Amino acid sequence: MVEGALLSRLAIAVLALLSPTALAHDGPQTHIFSSGFNFAETTGEELFANICQGCHMPDGSGASGAGTYPSLVADRNLEARGYPVYLVINGRKAMPPFGEMMTDAQIAAVVNYLRTHFDNNYQDIVTAGEVRDARR
Amino acid sequence: MPSELPTIRRRDLLALIGTVAGSAAMYHAMTSLGFASESPYQGPIRLEGDPKGASVLVLGAGLAGMTAALELRKAGYKVQILEFNGRAGGRNWTLRGGDSFTELGGFKQTCDFADGLYINPGPWRIPHHHRALLDYCKRLNVALEPFNQLNHAAYLHSVRAFAGKPQRIRAVKADFQGQIAELLAKVTQQGKLDETVSREDQEILLQALRSWGALDNGYGYKANLISAEFRGYARDPGGGLTAMPEASEPVGLSEILKSRLWRYLRGFAHYNFQTTMFQPVGGMDMIGKAFAKEVGDLIRFNAKVTEIKQDDRGVTVSYVDAGKPGAVQQVQADWCVCTIPLSILSQLPVDVSAAMKSAIDAVPYAASVKIGLQFKRRFWEEDEQIYGGISYTDLPIRQIAYPNYGYNRAGRGVLLGAYLFEGPNAYEFTAMSPAERVARAVEFGAAIHPQYKAEFETGVSVAWHRVPFVLGCSGDWTDATRDAHYKNLCQIDGRIVLAGEHASALPAWQEGAILSALDAITRLHDRVVRM
Repeated sequence: MVEGALLSRLAIAVLALLSPTALAHDGPQTHIFSSGFNFAETTGEELFANICQGCHMPDGSGASGAGTYPSLVADRNLEARGYPVYLVINGRKAMPPFGEMMTDAQIAAVVNYLRTHFDNNYQDIVTAGEVRDARR
Repeated sequence: MPSELPTIRRRDLLALIGTVAGSAAMYHAMTSLGFASESPYQGPIRLEGDPKGASVLVLGAGLAGMTAALELRKAGYKVQILEFNGRAGGRNWTLRGGDSFTELGGFKQTCDFADGLYINPGPWRIPHHHRALLDYCKRLNVALEPFNQLNHAAYLHSVRAFAGKPQRIRAVKADFQGQIAELLAKVTQQGKLDETVSREDQEILLQALRSWGALDNGYGYKANLISAEFRGYARDPGGGLTAMPEASEPVGLSEILKSRLWRYLRGFAHYNFQTTMFQPVGGMDMIGKAFAKEVGDLIRFNAKVTEIKQDDRGVTVSYVDAGKPGAVQQVQADWCVCTIPLSILSQLPVDVSAAMKSAIDAVPYAASVKIGLQFKRRFWEEDEQIYGGISYTDLPIRQIAYPNYGYNRAGRGVLLGAYLFEGPNAYEFTAMSPAERVARAVEFGAAIHPQYKAEFETGVSVAWHRVPFVLGCSGDWTDATRDAHYKNLCQIDGRIVLAGEHASALPAWQEGAILSALDAITRLHDRVVRM
């Protein structure tokens, strides 16, 4: 079938692009594969593209099935910066906690990324120190 | 023996409870006294007493919901089920050629596997001590076959050990044991255990080490036919002029330790993964289909629950058509068994106590990804003599699991090319498109099986956080959340009781779903017959 052939061609294309020694590192797109229990991504963009978009989708618009992943587009919940910091650390309902898998700097980076992308334009910056304080 | 006394007294007590209050009460008493702790399943449930026409609305037609529905109807209840999907089974699910599946975000896949080939994106193996599930399989005529958890011919693989070359499990196990045995034998013979181990026991210990570690007469672990019998030969025994086997070269102590491949061995010894394990013949969904044959007439499909209300007379549940949400419809019943995953239930307006609501909100759902890959031929069997079982790796794909059916056949085969459960890589794979996941699984897997490149045909992937009917793999409890919330989650709250793997001490196992349902309806029935 069409889809199978497409997947097959894509696989071959990816194989051709990567040398065997590069297997565990980022490939042709922005993919990063962490080793161990902590995320290796550092920038907000990397963190979003490799983790958040799994549920919130590549365009940040969320998704809905039997339950919903909220949209982050023009999201008023991001205005008070302590709120997304708290959510990323502790999780809430369907949202898993990431506090133990991300550093203070990573959490600050991804929150800052969300607050300045997807039609969000909050100019105040979250610092790693703020995240550290929020963990207490 | 003194320890028998309290047991006998407890048995008498249970017999008394059984006589006075019925078997349901006894079952509950046995569980709370810890008597049933070895296996909480005590055979088919008997809900004795007249429910006097009471009705129960079951939310969710997974194994928990269908178990509850089957048994409650048998006990005389009027039962209805609301199910989000257009099929029964929930996470008990199999993908075959021709199946299509759209994950959250609208990414659609059509499985292109050949006839008879499949993957189980959810549960895929059944421990021999999951007695409730096995009993339902027996009662519902679901044929089982062995699931190979440990295949000595499969691989252990690390990108940081043996220059990235996969090692046979049999060799890693033999070398790890052999080197430890040789070391301990040496220490024993040097008298270094004299203070802690008696002379007589040292003699026995040496015999044991020789047996366990495949040591030679001099307590050495060497390249010889003794060790080869465990770790494998350089040349296997044959016939005629080429009959004589050749020994293989064991890996040294330091190298086997530093490889860290030994860490995978403990998984095979884990209670939940010990032989014998089973799988249903033809796919895991044979179980869901067998349940649906019993209770399918009770199920309203494509029903997306939007609100759960209760008062002292009954329960009212609102739902819309999952495909084209429009008019809100309602179902009423005297009682409700709710098996909706907490990832979804936490988002719904639900009339329950603050304690239960806190419990519902407290449990995040684990990330997990499975990827099925079809190849033109079963090269793992033809080239590498791997029939079923699992290879483990520290690559992001974590596992390659070989099919435990269709052995030794010519032609195509489907293997599980990745199984991630929790950890960063599970999230990273979830964040990809289905096609990218498959491409990456092929790329990583080729480091273990170079045949991938020439033989790969098509693949399918399921990332559980993107599955519309569950939004995650399974309830991810911690010790702290269990202490704070588990009892509150499982209590009957007015006219509502929850069930599912999330309401069990066996998270992510089908047995947990069934046991939670049996426990919930036992308590519910007690309440009904006493009213």
